[in-house]
Amino acid sequence: MNTRAEISRGAGPGFSIGTVSALTGLVALGVLVIAGNAADPMMAAHAWIFFFLTVAGLLITGLWAGSLNGRDPFDGAFYEDTIVKYGVWASVFWGIAGFLVGVIIASQLAFPNVFYFPDLGWTNFGRLRPLHTSAVIFAFGGNVLIATSFYVVQRTCRTRLAGGMWPWFVFWGYNLFIVVAGTGYLLGVTQSKEYAEPEWYADLWLTIVWVAYLFVFLGTLWKRKERHIYVANWFYLAFIVTIAMLHIINNLAVPVSPAGSKSYILFSGVQDALIQWWYGHNAVAFFLTVPFLAIMYYFIPKLVNRPIYSYRLSIVHFWSLIFIYIWAGPHHLHYTALPQWAQTLGMTFSVMLWMPSWGGMINGVMTLSGAWDKLRTDPIVRMMIVALAFYGMSTFEGPLMSVRAVNALSHYSEWGIAHVHSGSMGWVGFISFGALYCLVPWLWKRKALYSKALVEWHFWLATLGILFYIVAMYVAGITEGLMWRAYNEFGFLEYSFIETVKAKHIMYIIRVAGGGLFLLGAILMAYNLVRTALGHGAARDLASPDTPKPQTPALQPAE
Amino acid sequence: MTEHKKDIDEVSGVETTGHSWDGIKELNNPLPRWWLYVFYASIVWAIGYMIFMPAIPSLPGMGVNNTPGLRGHSDRAQVAQEVAELRSGRSEAASQLVTASLSEIENDLTLQQFALAMGESAFGDNCATCHGAGGRGAKGYPMLADDIWLWDGTLEGIETTLRHGIRHTDDPDTRRNSMPAYGRDGMLTPKEIDDLVQYVLNLSGREADQAAIDRAAPIFATQCVTCHGADGKGNRQLGAPNLTDHEWLFGGEPRDIQQTIYSARNAHMPAWQGRLDDPTIKALAVYVHSLGGGEK
Repeated sequence: MNTRAEISRGAGPGFSIGTVSALTGLVALGVLVIAGNAADPMMAAHAWIFFFLTVAGLLITGLWAGSLNGRDPFDGAFYEDTIVKYGVWASVFWGIAGFLVGVIIASQLAFPNVFYFPDLGWTNFGRLRPLHTSAVIFAFGGNVLIATSFYVVQRTCRTRLAGGMWPWFVFWGYNLFIVVAGTGYLLGVTQSKEYAEPEWYADLWLTIVWVAYLFVFLGTLWKRKERHIYVANWFYLAFIVTIAMLHIINNLAVPVSPAGSKSYILFSGVQDALIQWWYGHNAVAFFLTVPFLAIMYYFIPKLVNRPIYSYRLSIVHFWSLIFIYIWAGPHHLHYTALPQWAQTLGMTFSVMLWMPSWGGMINGVMTLSGAWDKLRTDPIVRMMIVALAFYGMSTFEGPLMSVRAVNALSHYSEWGIAHVHSGSMGWVGFISFGALYCLVPWLWKRKALYSKALVEWHFWLATLGILFYIVAMYVAGITEGLMWRAYNEFGFLEYSFIETVKAKHIMYIIRVAGGGLFLLGAILMAYNLVRTALGHGAARDLASPDTPKPQTPALQPAE
Repeated sequence: MTEHKKDIDEVSGVETTGHSWDGIKELNNPLPRWWLYVFYASIVWAIGYMIFMPAIPSLPGMGVNNTPGLRGHSDRAQVAQEVAELRSGRSEAASQLVTASLSEIENDLTLQQFALAMGESAFGDNCATCHGAGGRGAKGYPMLADDIWLWDGTLEGIETTLRHGIRHTDDPDTRRNSMPAYGRDGMLTPKEIDDLVQYVLNLSGREADQAAIDRAAPIFATQCVTCHGADGKGNRQLGAPNLTDHEWLFGGEPRDIQQTIYSARNAHMPAWQGRLDDPTIKALAVYVHSLGGGEK
């Protein structure tokens, strides 16, 4: 009883194009003023980057809108898939860039004399390290999440993305933030908060983009054609809402000058540390766990064509996960100036988090019941199940490491590096690769990927790479943790710090090798996805009837 | 929709919730029992831990900051206790270090073992940054494990260096000399410096341009012999290095020597007196003396 006319009447295309352009134009004018009055060269560089990219965006929008000839670009009868396609390539690009920087900084740690370029200050480890973490978490992970959330929310709500032009603002605005953040690290612009390094103006811009993201997502849920909201969308929504809260509170800062890049954080001392790790830990929770579980909840049942194992489990583990996770941050500050009672709470909530985390793993793995053979035959399914295995390991290890006695050994050591990389490469990486391998044939209407053999190669190279990486870092971490606390018979420390560094050299080299294998796998994936999109090899055929058609009309006949 | 009648999954025989999103259904399986029980157990454990350890913050006006816990545990008290135990464990030997002379320490096996352990630990934390692990040195930072000493390689001499440092501005007793920056301060022309470089190369027995050596001889005689001696063998009293021994603190290539003469080096070492306590400085002297080149 809905008609196309009725759907498109909601928001005319001109309205959203106009509002997006007006906002972008205002920002362009504002940054032009700042560029002319910049208090420091970093701010000048960033203001000009902002200015040229926003003006370019306006010009392209204008040319595109002029060529529409009355066609409705946001026709509600179709899914918005072009933006998901852009998101796929942005994810692949940033992923490879981030992994590459990771291999570079791992090499710098292994061979500090060789990979040291005093004349090129921006290549210093201190500048490149946040570039790596932000590139993999926010650029790669963030683009995967925006792309998959836009894809999944449309399918599971049977409606086109809300907001017309606004989803495009979210996509390009987010990537502009990435560019500003990344160039800032190289220029030395940082507020020195881990995973929240970008300065106040980049934070403000991200806030605008994120609020737009929230409204696009909520708007799409609002106009859904399904009676109930699918579980994946709960996870995406929890991600968007909580990241907004964490981002805003942890970045409350006072700029030195409205035209300067430097600002001072509102909090100080142990309060600042606690807020930082409340943010830092929940970035892991609500950026690297919750929304990637949303990917799991859509792509695994879709791929193996089986129902989700337990609806009840999905409800209970969702609510327990988001309620308990938010309190666990203080476990990053064990044995510090943080009062002990807060450490106790951080630790006990982390231990209670164990089962809620595993609920997602159980629901994902058990969804394979009745389709176990796909583990053997389909490397993409295997990749996603191995992702869940790494998720299960990390979320067992996390509560373990939060126990103060264990933390006394593991904290500040390479054990932490091993832990985050088994989570990020194994869980986030593999579940994202799996989603990308699904999305490209679906979006470009290919029957299959260009090469299944290349997926096998990717799987084994990356798995081996992760194992090299984490085993080396576990050994290095426990070694140095024990060396730091070793006393000799006279009651003096057995080892000097530099001896504990030297002891890790071989492990550092193995880490480079592991990271290199992981990067190589991602390059194979990029090649495979490009050939698939181009329709080469096995991807030449059009979609067969049993694969979901991406451009199916959002509106289906009334039942 | 089909909500009024049961929808059974054929493979598992389990009822679904009756909804379908883009073809995805959900089974109505119960929560896995083991999952639920472990979850409950972790909650019970957490509550127990909170009862035994400092945990719940108190409301304002209650007099205490937080519940102290049944065990009355405090990290700070525990650290203070452990540090005190460690101190008392080594206090006897440490107090002997204060009164014993350096040679007495070296001649008492037990005391020497203790001093070496203490010195090695202190060296790793304070000295290895510049002098390298084991005192192997680096460019600009003397090697301490060989028998070449700029100032003094005896136990007492090493202790003096440790206490007062080298060219340490805040210590009047610091070891001090000052080689002029011949080039930068315009005392010699670049050409004269190049000639001197050849002269110094010749001193250490390397091939050099004879004409340049002849030209430089009078310059060396007027500018350099005061400290480095006519034969270039240096003078420990003044801390002037031996130029004939093939050991170069700042490199022995012509370019390095040229730069040394042009702008002088005059490196610094901080005075450790006041930063480290007496037993530690003595232990360090014994340790450095033992590294391989200690002199009687």
